[in-house]
Amino acid sequence: MTNEEIFEKKIQDEVRIEPKDWMPEAYRKTLIRQISQHAHSEVVGMLPEANWITRAPTLRRKATLLAKVQDEAGHGLYLYSAMETLGMPRSQAIDDLLSGKAKYSSIFNYPTLSWADMGTIGWLVDGAAILNQVPLCRTSYGPYARAMVRVCKEESFHQRQGFEIMQSLCEGSADQKAMAQDAINRWWWPTLMMFGPRDAESGNTELSMKWRIKRFTNDELRQKFVDMMVPQAQFLGLTIPDEKLKWNADKNGYDFGDVDWDEFWKVVKGQGPCNKQRLEARNKAHDQGAWVREAAAAYAEKRAKREKIGASA
Amino acid sequence: MSQKDWPLWEVFIRSRQGLDHKHVGSLHAADARMAMENARDVYTRRLEGVSIWVVESKNIHASNPDEAAQFYDPAEDKAYRHPTFYNVPDDIEHM
Repeated sequence: MTNEEIFEKKIQDEVRIEPKDWMPEAYRKTLIRQISQHAHSEVVGMLPEANWITRAPTLRRKATLLAKVQDEAGHGLYLYSAMETLGMPRSQAIDDLLSGKAKYSSIFNYPTLSWADMGTIGWLVDGAAILNQVPLCRTSYGPYARAMVRVCKEESFHQRQGFEIMQSLCEGSADQKAMAQDAINRWWWPTLMMFGPRDAESGNTELSMKWRIKRFTNDELRQKFVDMMVPQAQFLGLTIPDEKLKWNADKNGYDFGDVDWDEFWKVVKGQGPCNKQRLEARNKAHDQGAWVREAAAAYAEKRAKREKIGASA
Repeated sequence: MSQKDWPLWEVFIRSRQGLDHKHVGSLHAADARMAMENARDVYTRRLEGVSIWVVESKNIHASNPDEAAQFYDPAEDKAYRHPTFYNVPDDIEHM
């Protein structure tokens, strides 16, 4: 059997591909693109939430938010670690993010205007992320699948804490409930965009499905998400901002309105409300952290020298 | 030495006493101590471990999957190394 045939057979037989196995260059490239974008999304995803750490309403919420943001950093690291097994250096991926060359999830280019946005991000945005991520625990590339298992375990906490924030607001004063409704009004459509372009316009879907990197198409996941979220919004007493939303007994799911795809492509291409702000914040943090990296390196060098002297004495 | 030069470390974690250390991923760090502290922060935020090993990735020697067929060949025709190879009468117990 040729390398190609062995690879195809492993995919067919649900045998995971591991770093040193032969793989088609296009498979490697697709994975590097997807995993690095995923890692960048975790890293940039810290920014809209970090914005609220100092203003969390209670100590409990603050501790939770800190833990969540720390998790996002961890998720970024698990994923960079998986990406590196494909031969892509982490420093290069980070440079691509900082220069604006690399993409990350368009959702993080929207502003977080109120405390209810923290609840909505956890509940809706992380809910959407989980739908995307659970099937990735069975993705064909071993290191990616293993990283996703860890990510998914932790995301569950993110979604629950978000729902809890929403529930508190919805059971609170009229103003608090209005704040929750305002947040879902702003976040609903951008969240539906997180599943990516329609299947017909998604250039990467077909190959990714064939290679079992992806297990469901963008539209399938979007439908699942709507079906999952409607009852939860109803429980909270929130209205989903879509006039076309309607139960369809024939398909046993909801019909829903069309995403504003012009807006989607605009945000993807860098013209979202916060693209510039996010990249600037990321670059600033990276530059301001330079002294830490330098100090760590200098300290390691000094210790290595001292150990050498100690060993020869 | 810039961050680009920070070596890569593989991280192994024993999740509880009595179990093996298991590979969980990798990270970059300037030296072993920082690798250990980063490993704690990245891989044990929820008490996933009671012991951590960090090993510089360059020190790991791995078998080559392309040579797997020849490499594992010696074990392939030795079914007699498995207990099921031997017939034991049905009425014999505790064996």
